[in-house]
Amino acid sequence: MPVNDMVIRIGGESGEGIVTIGEIFVRIAAFSGLEVYTFRTFPAEILGGHVTFQARISDKPVLSQGDEIDVLVSLNQEGYDKHIGELRPGGMVLYDSTDVSPMPGLDGHLLYPVPVDELARSIDFMRGRNLVMIGAMVRLFGLPLDRAEQMVRRRLGRYKDLLPKNLESLNLGYNYAQEHFTQPPPVYLEPPVEGAREGLVMTGNQALALGAIAAGCRIYAGYPITPATDIMEFLAKELPKVGGAVIQAEDEIAAINMAIGASFAGARAMTATSGPGLSLMIEALGLASMTETPVVMVDVQRAGPSTGMPTKTSQGDLYLALYAGNDEAPRFVVAPSSVEDCFYQMINAFNLAERYQMPVIVLSDQSLAPRVETCPPFRLDQIELFDRELADLAETDTYERYKITETGVSPMAVPGMKGGHHTAEGLEHNEKGNPNYTPQMHQAMMEKRQRKIETARQQLTLWPNIVEEWGDDDAAIAIMGWGSSLGPVQEAMARAQAEGYKVAALFPKVLLPMPDLQIRRFIKGRRAIIIPELNLRGQFARMIEHRYSRELIRDGIEVVSLNKYRGLPFRPVEIYEKIVEVAQLLTVRARVE
Amino acid sequence: MITLAEPIKVKDWKSDVKPIWCPGCGDYGVLNSLLKALSDLKLDPDHVAIASGIGCSGRFPAFVNAYGFHGVHGRALPLATGIKTANPELTVFAVGGDGDAFSIGGGHLPHAARRNVDVTYVVMDNEIYGLTKGQPSPTSPIGMERKASPYGTYDAPLNPIAMVLSYGASFVARGFSSQPRELTELIKRGVQHQGFSFIQVMSPCVTFFDTYAYFKEITAPMPESHDPSDRMAAMQLALERTQYLGVFYEDNRPPHHVHMEELQEKAGNHLTLEKLLERFQR
Repeated sequence: MPVNDMVIRIGGESGEGIVTIGEIFVRIAAFSGLEVYTFRTFPAEILGGHVTFQARISDKPVLSQGDEIDVLVSLNQEGYDKHIGELRPGGMVLYDSTDVSPMPGLDGHLLYPVPVDELARSIDFMRGRNLVMIGAMVRLFGLPLDRAEQMVRRRLGRYKDLLPKNLESLNLGYNYAQEHFTQPPPVYLEPPVEGAREGLVMTGNQALALGAIAAGCRIYAGYPITPATDIMEFLAKELPKVGGAVIQAEDEIAAINMAIGASFAGARAMTATSGPGLSLMIEALGLASMTETPVVMVDVQRAGPSTGMPTKTSQGDLYLALYAGNDEAPRFVVAPSSVEDCFYQMINAFNLAERYQMPVIVLSDQSLAPRVETCPPFRLDQIELFDRELADLAETDTYERYKITETGVSPMAVPGMKGGHHTAEGLEHNEKGNPNYTPQMHQAMMEKRQRKIETARQQLTLWPNIVEEWGDDDAAIAIMGWGSSLGPVQEAMARAQAEGYKVAALFPKVLLPMPDLQIRRFIKGRRAIIIPELNLRGQFARMIEHRYSRELIRDGIEVVSLNKYRGLPFRPVEIYEKIVEVAQLLTVRARVE
Repeated sequence: MITLAEPIKVKDWKSDVKPIWCPGCGDYGVLNSLLKALSDLKLDPDHVAIASGIGCSGRFPAFVNAYGFHGVHGRALPLATGIKTANPELTVFAVGGDGDAFSIGGGHLPHAARRNVDVTYVVMDNEIYGLTKGQPSPTSPIGMERKASPYGTYDAPLNPIAMVLSYGASFVARGFSSQPRELTELIKRGVQHQGFSFIQVMSPCVTFFDTYAYFKEITAPMPESHDPSDRMAAMQLALERTQYLGVFYEDNRPPHHVHMEELQEKAGNHLTLEKLLERFQR
């Protein structure tokens, strides 16, 4: 069992403070210099219902929630019964001995009872139960008490009169563990002696919202929907502080149209939603494409179809993002792959929207949205923002909003600019923007709008964070994927490589336009491409097969879909096993040939 | 409201795009009244934006020499809300018909009203769908026989004025396309009103539901005794069979963008990204 790489799970009723315990504990670990990665499941109930909080803590960057559970923390019997089957043999159970009776001897589990209720009662502060447990966890797993105290001050400091009692509770748990658990546990953490490296601790949705602010977004319009809502809540608090505004719209259709209106008036604007909301926004997506209005639409995907499972994850909206809408409306699609990447891809998204005057869909998902990750400090000095190209109105008496150009991009005029009047027109229009239905004009305008995709495809080769590529250059087996499955893929590959398998991987961050140049170069010489996706049909795999069919057929490269559609993210072992299976298959084939 | 020292003439407010409305359509009168109001108010075309949806009214922005946005069906108000929020210096209009405003876009009206977004919303109500060639609309009378309702409609018509009053709109008025002078004055008052101004304009469709005679018969000037700050009295007048023309209601609570500006000031309005990121540092 490795030191400094542990998976800890806390399960129980929602409202019991499961998430509080988890979030405070991982932050203590993060602030002690360790890397963290959390995984949450939410109950469907508004109050009550079962909630699971899981965190992986390590001294190396953590890429996935791990394969098995080393530690189970139980505050009540249900929290024990429901999860004990998943604790690995020899794993540790830390539990409230007042409420939980564990099965002695089961799977060689090591038991660590803490009389949480009793201890809390001894200082007449039942509200401190969670902190008693955190204190015991801090001591048992080897985290520094001063960091824990700092974190309690930081997270709970706003309840000033309760702070002494909160700290006392923490210390009670800590001292109890010190006295009673004298043997070092099999799993523990060793924070780096040099202390915490500079870094950030945040969720995927926070990183998206911060990316939006960094990208100059000043108007947000949205409608509450799980699991995207906290983007709106975050921006509602912070956007006014940078001179922006948040409008909680009456529905998603209003939200996207408000964002489009705001962008037309010159502001960088966005909305965020989940699949059902994006479905409602599709008509307006076409409008933004037709009127060439920049706008960013975040889709935090959840399992569907229809209402589906709002608190479970999926990568099922790729087709929706790529193709939805009547006739052909060009748009861009971007998919961040980690909490850190959420920040940078929002900058890419706004840059794409503004530079090419197009709607951009950003595909996040339910596992990435609430996940707390440690990430390196954002490189703010390296951020380059592209402004929309504004018309030079002094030079012309007749401004043409939709002037046909080589790149497809026409200089924009926004209200307030002298002499730039025009109508942003959802009907087919001529260069001035006046309605026009002639066959020639429609053809010319369809081509102009589509041309921006090809212009972007070429120019994107010079942009940062467009693809992520790693692994063995000469590997016969490759993995391609998109979005938040990147972490599990990295981990699965590291394990396979350590065992002597050769594997290479590529994740495009911009899915439309596909970075053809990099992908064609990447697939050359491979024998098989594994494409893991959290959807049933293999939407990305089908897109790869379709787009690169010539190369795939010519070079005899097989596309192997690995599809999971259970509402849960990939575990690295699932991808690892596929790599081994494909490797064996290739070996057998080589022998036959 | 950004104004010019000298007004732009009505003919110069008119764009070179010719309306495609049927000869005799009420919407010509509405367009001319709106152009006259723009001129009278000495508005600056660079700071006027008009949002529209779909229907005979949809191409309205293209007929005016100003900034315009011709959006999708029913969404003129969300577009206008976004425009005004992003740039409060602009004078913003939304235009639509009874289908756009009360049917497909009916869900936006209460919220634009309660949000009190500073937009003048001109709804050309002809009690029928004209662009799709004559189907009953949410304001059509009961019993209307058309191809889509061969046995006559059963649905009761909406009462837009009563509806918008109950939504809490801060300016509620009705005009008639055949009374351009009065309509111009109503639009001017609507623009000058700081907040959401709703103006229902009876604007007959000569082709599919010619209501000129009917509207003339059923309309009457607003009683001089009516006090537009009295919402109950306004509601009473709205529920009468006579369709009164004039201002039903007006109050002066601050508009949405003023609230947003106050909110920005309260929140601090000087945050840098570096400062914001400090909170997430370990």
